[in-house]
Amino acid sequence: MCMAILKKVEQTMMALNGDEAVAWAVKQSNVDVVSAYPITPQTIIVERISEFVNNGEMDAEFIHVESEHSALSAAWGAALAGARAFTATAANGLALMWEILYITASTRTPVVMAVVNRALSAPINIHNDHSDTMGARDSGWIQIYSEDAQEAYDNTIMAFRIAEESLFPVMVTLDGFTISHTLQNVSVLPDDVVSEFVGVRRIPRIKLPRIHGDKEIPLMLNPKYPITFGPLDLYDYYFEHKVQQNEAMKETFPIIERVHREFGEISGRSYDPVFMVPYRTEDADVVILGLSSTMSVVRKIVDDLRSEGKKVGAIRLRVFRPFPADHLRKELSEFHAVGVLDRCISFGGEGGPLFTEVRSALYGLPSRPIVHDYIYGLGGRDLPHSLIRKIYEELLSARAEPEVPVVRYVGVRE
Amino acid sequence: MSTWRPDIKELARKEMQTRPFESGHRLCAGCGAPIIIRQIMMAARKPVVFVNATGCVEVATSIFPYTSWNVPWAHNAFENAAAVGSGIEAARKKLFMAKRFENDPDVELDYDVVVLGGDGGTYDIGLQAISGAFERGDKILYVLYDNEAYMNTGIQRSGGTPFGARTTTTPVGSVIKGKVQFKKPIVDIMVAHRIPYAATVSSAYWNDALVKFRKGFEAEGPVFIHAFSTCPLGWGSETAETVKIMKLAVETCVFPLYEVENGQYKLTGPSLAIAKNPDRKKPVEEYLKLQARFRHMFRPENKWMLERFQEWVDREWELLLKKAGF
Repeated sequence: MCMAILKKVEQTMMALNGDEAVAWAVKQSNVDVVSAYPITPQTIIVERISEFVNNGEMDAEFIHVESEHSALSAAWGAALAGARAFTATAANGLALMWEILYITASTRTPVVMAVVNRALSAPINIHNDHSDTMGARDSGWIQIYSEDAQEAYDNTIMAFRIAEESLFPVMVTLDGFTISHTLQNVSVLPDDVVSEFVGVRRIPRIKLPRIHGDKEIPLMLNPKYPITFGPLDLYDYYFEHKVQQNEAMKETFPIIERVHREFGEISGRSYDPVFMVPYRTEDADVVILGLSSTMSVVRKIVDDLRSEGKKVGAIRLRVFRPFPADHLRKELSEFHAVGVLDRCISFGGEGGPLFTEVRSALYGLPSRPIVHDYIYGLGGRDLPHSLIRKIYEELLSARAEPEVPVVRYVGVRE
Repeated sequence: MSTWRPDIKELARKEMQTRPFESGHRLCAGCGAPIIIRQIMMAARKPVVFVNATGCVEVATSIFPYTSWNVPWAHNAFENAAAVGSGIEAARKKLFMAKRFENDPDVELDYDVVVLGGDGGTYDIGLQAISGAFERGDKILYVLYDNEAYMNTGIQRSGGTPFGARTTTTPVGSVIKGKVQFKKPIVDIMVAHRIPYAATVSSAYWNDALVKFRKGFEAEGPVFIHAFSTCPLGWGSETAETVKIMKLAVETCVFPLYEVENGQYKLTGPSLAIAKNPDRKKPVEEYLKLQARFRHMFRPENKWMLERFQEWVDREWELLLKKAGF
């Protein structure tokens, strides 16, 4: 859900599903190398990109790798060699990439990856939940969750700028089938406008005084100025490097905001505020906070309940990593109760990953809302209107009682 | 293919000037790997970009904040070096064709991609990525430095460990004595991908090795070079005998020297001489006795192991002779 502001350029309305919207964004973003392996529900992305490349509509090298592990490895190599690199995956494919997720982030390599959220095996299930990307939450990638195909398109374009300006890899997520396979009207920017917005990949320059003196050298694999990437790093430096990496991730907040603002100026689609999108929260007593496509349904219920005089609102979190804890504290502190929607289970944990982060962010506040966790929709299970209403009713009557369980399942058969 | 002939003095002079691989690395005394790396660099026709799989070479040459590499060098993980090489080559090609850095005097895009992996990263965990890269025809020079076990993690067996060898996961027990299986025929597996060039090299024969590396650089498509690498620590050999052992491996036909151009096997150097004059073939004992990992095979009750080893070498040698038209 984005607010329309002044329209700067003429856009084409296209009927695209979410996967196609991502492919279209990749096609327009001057991507040099795509390496990918198909997995449902991501397949359409790589199929469309293959068509664009094979029809000469997109001037990129497409590496048809033999696994997701190699997909990200090749994208890493390409990005390190100076190319703009893209890959896409889902669920088990993301799980297979796991070790390379960390390596990509920790070598500060700006790869962009679309992840079409899907449940993890076993049992095998091709439908949507967020257990895949939530499992990758600590890997050092920026994670932006899309609500619909339009946002998947916009986020993908912005991701290239965010990645290359921050030197962090970016995951753009979209819900499997709900977004990936559902046709929607998508406003597509002209090719030249996107091309100008993202530019071609620029290589930052750095100084390595002990090797290359005062010369500012391109940060890439380059025989003119050799650099060693991915060395052995033991207890004498590793800890400091990790702390630096974490500090650097916090510095991506202004970059993410700036890129969104600039994108709003060219597209007329404003994502402000960037990190979380409040809906009818001004005088709300309780809110539901969640991610991605589910929140459009939640907003509908907010409207229904508002017409019944109930003071309810909703907040959609767009960026989960880096986690916007400060924004969240400002936004949430005054509510009576917050219901967190987690489309992911954390086995043996005290609630889902979004809940634990949210509650942890709020804990230090002198006055804070009651926070309940609602685990829903695993493996593509529907979240009907009636259950969302029920969550709001529970929140409206919530009492801070220690013996009340704060983690509940929604829509599971007993 | 190449008519290039190495001039050792000229190459040595060039190496001293450019020092692509610095001394002071932390590989063991007597390790075969640095010799292989220097020979690759000497044979290079263009600048090179090195990709290194996790392993001895990687950990011993890149301990932060130091590096032994005066060439661009990248290490990602254990099993994906070939895939990383594919990505680099795709990027290089794309950026070169698009003339992206044409006006930037600080960037060179006309280089060859060398991927270096040990036996673990090649025979075992990395096999899938290599197969994928070779099937796609990506132009990478893949060099396997085969020291015949996972030396970096403490001498555990690999698919490249020879029959009978003592490793920490194939100890010489009272029931099972050393490694049960023979070496995986890695070159045949790679040749089966219909790559334009594959070869075996033993650094002891530098001329043969350099010519093969150069041919590998010049081939149009993916190349596999199997380089034999003595490991004094893992093999229990004398550090001063590294070159001698690398020679004996060839002279006993444990590690024959050959190349495969577009599927055609061709023996080279001393192996060709042995093919022509079988009397030159030495018994495997001469090679095995210099290494503690085979010591148990020389006990009278384990004589059958020496015999089995010799049978395997003979059988493989006969197969190779047939493939090479003898």
